[in-house]
Amino acid sequence: MLSVKYLTKNFDGLVAVKELSFDIREGEILAIIGPNGAGKSTVFNLMTGTLAPTSGKVFIHEENITGLKPYQIVKKGVARTFQTTSLFDQLRVIDNMLIAYKWRTRLGFWNTLFHTPAWKSQHDQAARNALETLDFLGLADKALAFIPTLSQEEQKRLAIGIALVCKPKLLLLDEPTGGLIQEETERIALFIKKVRDQGTTVCIIEHKMQMIMGMADRIVVLNYGQKIAEGTPDEIKTNQAVIEAYLGGDVHA
Amino acid sequence: MITKPLHTKLLYGFILLAALLLPLYVPDPYMFQVVIMSLIFAIAVLAMNLIIGFTGQASLAHAAFFGFGAYGVAIMTKAGISFWLALPAAASISALIGLIIGPPALRTRGSYFAIVTLAFGVIVWIVAGNWVQVTGGHNGIFGIPRPTPIPIPFIGAIEFFDQPAQYYLVLVFLLLTLFIMHRIVYSIFGLTFMAVRNNEPLADAVGINTFTTKLISFVIANFFAGLAGGLYAAIIGAVSPSVAAHLLTFNFLIFLILGGMASLAGPVVGAFAIPILMELLQDLGHFRMLFFGVLLVATIIYFPRGFVGAVRQLNDKIAARRQAKS
Ligand SMILES: Nc1ncnc2c1ncn2[C@@H]1O[C@H](COP(=O)(O)OP(=O)(O)OP(=O)(O)O)[C@@H](O)[C@H]1O
Ligand SMILES: [Mg+2]
Repeated sequence: MLSVKYLTKNFDGLVAVKELSFDIREGEILAIIGPNGAGKSTVFNLMTGTLAPTSGKVFIHEENITGLKPYQIVKKGVARTFQTTSLFDQLRVIDNMLIAYKWRTRLGFWNTLFHTPAWKSQHDQAARNALETLDFLGLADKALAFIPTLSQEEQKRLAIGIALVCKPKLLLLDEPTGGLIQEETERIALFIKKVRDQGTTVCIIEHKMQMIMGMADRIVVLNYGQKIAEGTPDEIKTNQAVIEAYLGGDVHA
Repeated sequence: MITKPLHTKLLYGFILLAALLLPLYVPDPYMFQVVIMSLIFAIAVLAMNLIIGFTGQASLAHAAFFGFGAYGVAIMTKAGISFWLALPAAASISALIGLIIGPPALRTRGSYFAIVTLAFGVIVWIVAGNWVQVTGGHNGIFGIPRPTPIPIPFIGAIEFFDQPAQYYLVLVFLLLTLFIMHRIVYSIFGLTFMAVRNNEPLADAVGINTFTTKLISFVIANFFAGLAGGLYAAIIGAVSPSVAAHLLTFNFLIFLILGGMASLAGPVVGAFAIPILMELLQDLGHFRMLFFGVLLVATIIYFPRGFVGAVRQLNDKIAARRQAKS
């Protein structure tokens, strides 16, 4: 459904991503792994328009989306989370969800000013959707809570929820369990599988090998911005280049 | 979306009643004039609150847009156009100018946006003082007609020559502004403004065109700044470059900060209480400024959400203590 083609990103001198190509297939969980600084987050930023690529293209269902802005790309059905949990932390949980659902509605200035019938029905629909998603996240009872009162795991869940509430076709998760303990990680992993089973394709960046091996359908391994391997978890486990990269050996040796 | 508790509703009802009856107990015409001015300023500060408090964009050109409204009404009504046409027209012109300077100004962020808008404000002030044929230069424009009387069948007409009529006229516009701001702020549309203020990259990532959102907020704010300016011109009957000066912007800003940002009550409290306090402290002379300076610094440090924010904090604390007891 989404293809990355020969993507390259230069940060004045530093090549963070180099000639990277891979596909995300409908209905799968694709994991992107690699050592620190391998360029994983940069790939997400290039896919979602946060950064402009130096060269290369991104396609979704054959449509070229390279160069679109983040708010345009989410409307193509690609939603994302950030590596450091990013929320609207001055607002309540429900407000976070409503904001993320807004682009699907026509709740603009005039409809809001006159409380038109369209405003009423869409407002209700947005609220219903937000509550349903909160229920799915297991945060229904926190709807009116302010963000700082949530636990770290709840905040991570909500961050995923913000991406999910607009019903994307593809969900990009950047280390959704970073900083969580084993037990919390397992709960989030189960949750991500549930998201996929509901029909959302998932692409996930992770460091936790055990979790990834048990969850991903396919894995893409990056090192120094380049793809060094791609395959099923079993193939990756036994891949020589991957083992060397993770043991700190020189890949090209 | 948030329903206010009963005692808050009662308080608002009481304030509305007190406002409606004000002409009965206001001590003297001078104080009455201060109150009328406060209500006009409250409209302008509510508008400033939308762009600064809710959207997080420090526009310091606010008085310039107040000035567009004031000069707009002054010029149009002196040319014989009805006040009731001139006022919305002047507010719309103010909004339109916002729509034109917004796109280049909003390319900048944070303090750069503040500087760019401040510079624009200063330019407008200079032009107002020098474009003699249109603005009357430093002397300004005198003899602006009072709001056109509203004819009422059989009874006669509502005229706006005395203070009570002017007061009710301004009060109606303040309530209208509050009503519209309330609709905006307590809606999903309004939440997008706060989203931009709170976390712009995330807002962008969840499908909000942050640039357009800021521009809409800026234009709405400038419409109401212009509206307030237009009312000012017709009530005072004269305008001079000082109505477009950055000094006035900073007055609005002080009302906003002391009253309370990002709340609807804050701007009204600030615009109302501070001029009145100023009058009451008349005896202190220039030492008043020292007093307000200290108050301002203390507020920014200890109560960043101003008076209304502090009251809310207190309210929440009491509620929490009650909950803990039961
Ligand atoms: N905006 C930027 N400007 C300059 N250099 C950057 C920028 N973003 C990332 N980099 C650099 O690009 C490289 C790849 O960074 P990236 O964040 O994509 O790595 P990562 O694989 O996500 O690492 P981690 O596992 O630590 O999150 C790093 O060397 C980083 O310092
Ligand atoms: Mg990263």
